[in-house]
Amino acid sequence: MKKTAFLGALTVAGLTAGAASAATLDDVKARGNLICGVSTGLVGFATPDANGVWEGFDVDMCRAVAAAIFGDPMAVEFVPLTTQTRFTALSAGEIDLLSRNTTWTFSRDVDLKNDFVGVNYYDGQGFLVPKALGVSSAKDLDGATVCIQTGTTTELNLADFFRINNISYEPVPIETNAEGQQQYLAGACDTYTTDASGLAATRASFENPGDHILLPEIISKEPLGPLVRHGDNDWADVVRWTLNALITAEELGVTSANVEELAAAAGDNPEVNRLLGTEGELGAMLSLEPDWAKNAIMAGGNYGELFEKNIGENTPIGLARGLNAQWTEGGLLYSPPFR
Amino acid sequence: MSTMTDPPKPGFRLSQLIYDTRYRSLTIQTVALILIVSGLAWLVSNTVANLEALGKDFNFGFLSNSAGYDINQKPIEYSSQDTHARAAIVGILNTLIIALLGCVTATVLGVLAGVLRLSKNWIVSGLMAVYVEGFRNVPLLLWIILVFAIMSESMPQPREFRGDAPTASMAVFDSVAVTNRGIYIPSIEFTRSLSGNEAVASQEGLAPVATGWQDWALIIGVIIVSIYVIRLIRRRADRIQEATGVRPVTWWLQIGVFVVPLAIVAVLLGATIVQPYLKGFNFTEGVHLRNSLIALWLALSLYTGAFIAEIVRAGILAISKGQSEAAYALGLRPNRTMNLVILPQAMRVIIPPLISQFLNLTKNSSLAIAVGYMDVRATLGGITINQTGRELEGMLLLGGFYLLVSLLISSAMNFYNRSTQLMER
Repeated sequence: MKKTAFLGALTVAGLTAGAASAATLDDVKARGNLICGVSTGLVGFATPDANGVWEGFDVDMCRAVAAAIFGDPMAVEFVPLTTQTRFTALSAGEIDLLSRNTTWTFSRDVDLKNDFVGVNYYDGQGFLVPKALGVSSAKDLDGATVCIQTGTTTELNLADFFRINNISYEPVPIETNAEGQQQYLAGACDTYTTDASGLAATRASFENPGDHILLPEIISKEPLGPLVRHGDNDWADVVRWTLNALITAEELGVTSANVEELAAAAGDNPEVNRLLGTEGELGAMLSLEPDWAKNAIMAGGNYGELFEKNIGENTPIGLARGLNAQWTEGGLLYSPPFR
Repeated sequence: MSTMTDPPKPGFRLSQLIYDTRYRSLTIQTVALILIVSGLAWLVSNTVANLEALGKDFNFGFLSNSAGYDINQKPIEYSSQDTHARAAIVGILNTLIIALLGCVTATVLGVLAGVLRLSKNWIVSGLMAVYVEGFRNVPLLLWIILVFAIMSESMPQPREFRGDAPTASMAVFDSVAVTNRGIYIPSIEFTRSLSGNEAVASQEGLAPVATGWQDWALIIGVIIVSIYVIRLIRRRADRIQEATGVRPVTWWLQIGVFVVPLAIVAVLLGATIVQPYLKGFNFTEGVHLRNSLIALWLALSLYTGAFIAEIVRAGILAISKGQSEAAYALGLRPNRTMNLVILPQAMRVIIPPLISQFLNLTKNSSLAIAVGYMDVRATLGGITINQTGRELEGMLLLGGFYLLVSLLISSAMNFYNRSTQLMER
């Protein structure tokens, strides 16, 4: 780090001194905690509670990874990042893992040199409007003022959507979700657009959520998932298989309630045994403890439990599983086998 | 008697490089040069090595790719299908617009406040002191956000202008709409535009209008010629005054030379005022001054104006009291004393620090990020970098742009400074 003190702003890329090529897993173990990039505040996904403890769907992903490595879900340092700073922070080595409802796209994966390890939420872009506006379709928004977070895929989708439908709009660029919420509620924009899950979460924090509706159009595919730096495959494997462990656990019926019992001794189902480390050496292959997946699941629960706890239908955000149900139940969640 | 003999010439010793004043400075400069060059080389090689480690290359090809994002304030034609380079140019123009607006307003405010702060009326000078100290001592970012918040939170929404009993109404003869999305003012357009753009009626029942840069170039050209002619008239009046002691009355001629050609051109082009009106979600037509522009413009002008006021005050106080006393003794009235005697001399003191205030204002305009004004930092340095992942290239271009603009401003102001300097013989 002493090196970087000299660099100054001139060599933005130079800040990565050594970090990009080193083994991230070793660094994380040596440091004793995981540094995880999250949103600057989006209810249900990443937000600090009254005591300043981060919680949410994206946050729980970080906690699961920390638990898989250290057995301690609290061994995480959270770095709130805006849409504009997130990729630079990751490639500069300021964070180990970015779990910030980030859309997996070709150019982000290939050109920006990131590795998306999977999808933890299948989303699409929607529009939030006040009921009083009297709009029932996004195609009625000709001439509307639209609040949009800069540096996002939604910004590009928005331009495409309005151009294809041959209608005009006035973009109001904003930096964070909080700012977008303030501008939208002040009526400085007619509609606020971002991923539908983000809109539902934002609406849940309004004083009168019932006065606002999501328009029926979903104008894009937004597969959101955690990502790591390109080039450190071992580290990418740890994060990827932690996510897969959470998804597989739900499929196999392993929950935070019964995982202790199932992990105590090898049972009938060999895949559960391999997952929980009572059979085979999957943990050692990842350079982790044999009970890594057990710890990850115990951190907050399996994928389904995390979903229900943070953003599910019984929370103020109230998102249905939809595309995010297991493949066995008509959704898109499909983890490769633990073998 | 003494014989002159050459002193013995000692051979060159290495220690002379340090102890001999003839060589010492050379030694120090050489060492400094080596340090600087190796420092730069280290920076470059570090950058190259890290780019390599990340698997990134260094090229500016991304500038010719389609940008894909929209920009709200477009001084030139731009759509999301245009290139990143064009988006950067739109951003550059927006930066220049805010810099120009800010510099002009800050200068006017600053000169006024600076002169008034020296007023003998304690209420006036006290008010100016409050303005200067208040704005100088609170960070600029807070002022920008404050103005922006006031605009977006307390102004009426466009829809409040609608209906039979609207809760908000337009100001200045129903021509200016102050909304929480910005201020809409009337624009001037032309029924017989030179641009060849298709003329469109702004509202049903009104004459179709169009506008293009050609129209405005013609008008500005006419104004420049008028000003030149007015200067000729004044010089002639000066000559007559010097020869005869009587200054001919020329004010009606000056006004005529300015107004008549302008009016003729306006009539020829068919200039009309196009008023903004409510259509759909927003006001349309007219000129839209967005909240972000207003917040940035107002805050930058007020903030920099406070510094300029102090510079102007210092400049005026630097002129010895004898100058104004001499002017009074010659019978000049106080305002003529200020305009003809004090300010011309004070300018020499004022201009050099004024340059750095203009540079500050231009660079501070990059705080546009706080309110989403689409300047060059937001387009090239923000969205483009974010969408393409070309941080190094983008930041170098951005730094190069600000450097270039700063150098241009300071050379222009230095040129002006030389023209007002004391002519030494």
